[in-house]
Amino acid sequence: MNWPRLALANLRASPLTSLVNVVLLGLGTASIVLLLLIGEQLSSTLTRDARGIDLVIGAKGSPVQLVLSSVYHADLPTGNIPKAEADRWASDPRVARAVPLSLGDSYRGFRIVGTTPGYAALYDGQLAAGRFWKAPMEAVAGAAAAREARLQEGSHLVGAHGLVGGGHAHAGHPYRVVGVLAPTGTILDRLILTSLDSVWELHEAGHPEDDHDADHDHGHAHGHAHKSDPLPEAEASHDQEADHAHDDAATGDSEGREITALLVRYHSPLAATTLPRQINAESSLQAAAPASEITRLLQLVGLGLDGLRAFAGVLILTAAFSVFAALYGALKARRYDLAMLRCLGATRAEVLLSLLLEGLLLVAAGALLGFALGHGTMEVLGRWMAASRGVSATGWTWLPAEMVLIIGLVTIGLLATLLPAWQAYRTDVARILAG
Amino acid sequence: MLRLDALTLQPAETCAVIGPSGCGKTTLLHLVAGLLRPTLGTVSVCGQRLDELSVSACDRFRGRNMGIVFQRLHLLPALSVLENLLLAQHLARVSRDGAAANALLDALGIGELARARPAQLSQGQSQRVAIARALVHRPSLLLADEPTSSLDDGNAVRAIELLRTQAQSIGAALLVVTHDRRIRGQLDREVVLGGAA
Repeated sequence: MNWPRLALANLRASPLTSLVNVVLLGLGTASIVLLLLIGEQLSSTLTRDARGIDLVIGAKGSPVQLVLSSVYHADLPTGNIPKAEADRWASDPRVARAVPLSLGDSYRGFRIVGTTPGYAALYDGQLAAGRFWKAPMEAVAGAAAAREARLQEGSHLVGAHGLVGGGHAHAGHPYRVVGVLAPTGTILDRLILTSLDSVWELHEAGHPEDDHDADHDHGHAHGHAHKSDPLPEAEASHDQEADHAHDDAATGDSEGREITALLVRYHSPLAATTLPRQINAESSLQAAAPASEITRLLQLVGLGLDGLRAFAGVLILTAAFSVFAALYGALKARRYDLAMLRCLGATRAEVLLSLLLEGLLLVAAGALLGFALGHGTMEVLGRWMAASRGVSATGWTWLPAEMVLIIGLVTIGLLATLLPAWQAYRTDVARILAG
Repeated sequence: MLRLDALTLQPAETCAVIGPSGCGKTTLLHLVAGLLRPTLGTVSVCGQRLDELSVSACDRFRGRNMGIVFQRLHLLPALSVLENLLLAQHLARVSRDGAAANALLDALGIGELARARPAQLSQGQSQRVAIARALVHRPSLLLADEPTSSLDDGNAVRAIELLRTQAQSIGAALLVVTHDRRIRGQLDREVVLGGAA
């Protein structure tokens, strides 16, 4: 029998009170841990997906929408831009690398992105099987898209108009999957990539006013040739779609081609001071920096998280007060016990420490429960999000902020225990035993 | 105000201090235990003057050298009978000796209650546990405050006998303070306080 055992025995002697305190502390701690983890993983996911993209150039509109649609593939595009004008900026000396995107179709909820292999390179995307496209209507599937839509080398898929599924299908123009990418843990996993030509071809094909040379050379590397539509009736409703990004892409000739956005990497950080401003001022295009848009977005989300965190803080304070009330309330009933400890040879300091120990054991149990609950919930949430949203998140990480949380919990626990312990320290043994 | 000229107990001597309520018996016991400090005069136990010790040192000294049985027994309710004894060993800073604790409980006829909680015990059983707890670290001085007040005649005599034999078995001196005249003639010496002889 020693002090820790005595403290445990005392806590076990009033199991309901101890349990309530531990559960209160645990819930408060779990809430804060969960909010910390969500906030961190949200920002790290956003940052990871914007890696290597200094600037997005697209149509005028909301800069957040431009970034969301062309970097995170989470919103509708702001519109299309002439490829010729985008090319002008792509060849700007301040630009190290520029990747064009053309959006508009999807397959079972996975966006089909007309681009160059350079897009996969942004995320260090490696081929797990097959090759990149060489001809129009060849596609490469991201890892998650391939797994969930059951795509593999040689599969055929028919793109649907619109980005959320349920749109009109390009039935006569199936893509052929020629490659599958290895998982990267980024948005790339949930995309189906193809050439710009494929997207142009698909959407130019249905327009009667288009080129009528009936050239069926699908292998044409530059895709300049316009094809006649083998299934004219399939395109009947195509033009009425108002919300697509690429409606206008089909109307021009090869010089009038359009893309949805251009992802730009600067040669040097200095470009950030001049290039976006110049684009916004001198052209009909819009330039938005993902980093600053993410920051703005996270500030908005952060306000919500801060509110929830404050609420969790109140939970913890309530728990601390409950610990205080339990120990302080028990003091009167236990004053004979404490006096007896002194008679048996315990010093005042030991009696004080024994009460602190009881408080700290409660806090430790509550914190343990809270951290287990918080991380466990995050892991479950992460698996669910990975399955449904393709966001990679895990509960099995440890944040530096959690160390601060532990220190805070111990401090609060000590404060809650200090007054009862001090009262125990001052116990007048003779008076209590004589009374 | 308690005045006492001189009282000296030899090792293994037993002594009863008898007097009516309010005459200062409990104060005397607290003085001897070092729980109170005398305004005048000194208390020495085993040759150690208690007033020369700091509060903490006095706590430790009491724990090591004395065992106290109070009128209200104050067994720790969160602990089992055996754990109460083991805690006394721990606080007396003697090495943990579960075998000795169990043997002592057996000697007091309550060996089968080692795992029981104090709340499950009868008054008589609780008193035996309290006596065992006061003896388990083999102190030099056993103090008892009104050990017989709530007992009938037969049990009162048996309780005093128990205290006497147990103190003798470990060579401890025994000091009993009481207003109970039934114990007269059972211990080596008697001191009467407050002129109520």
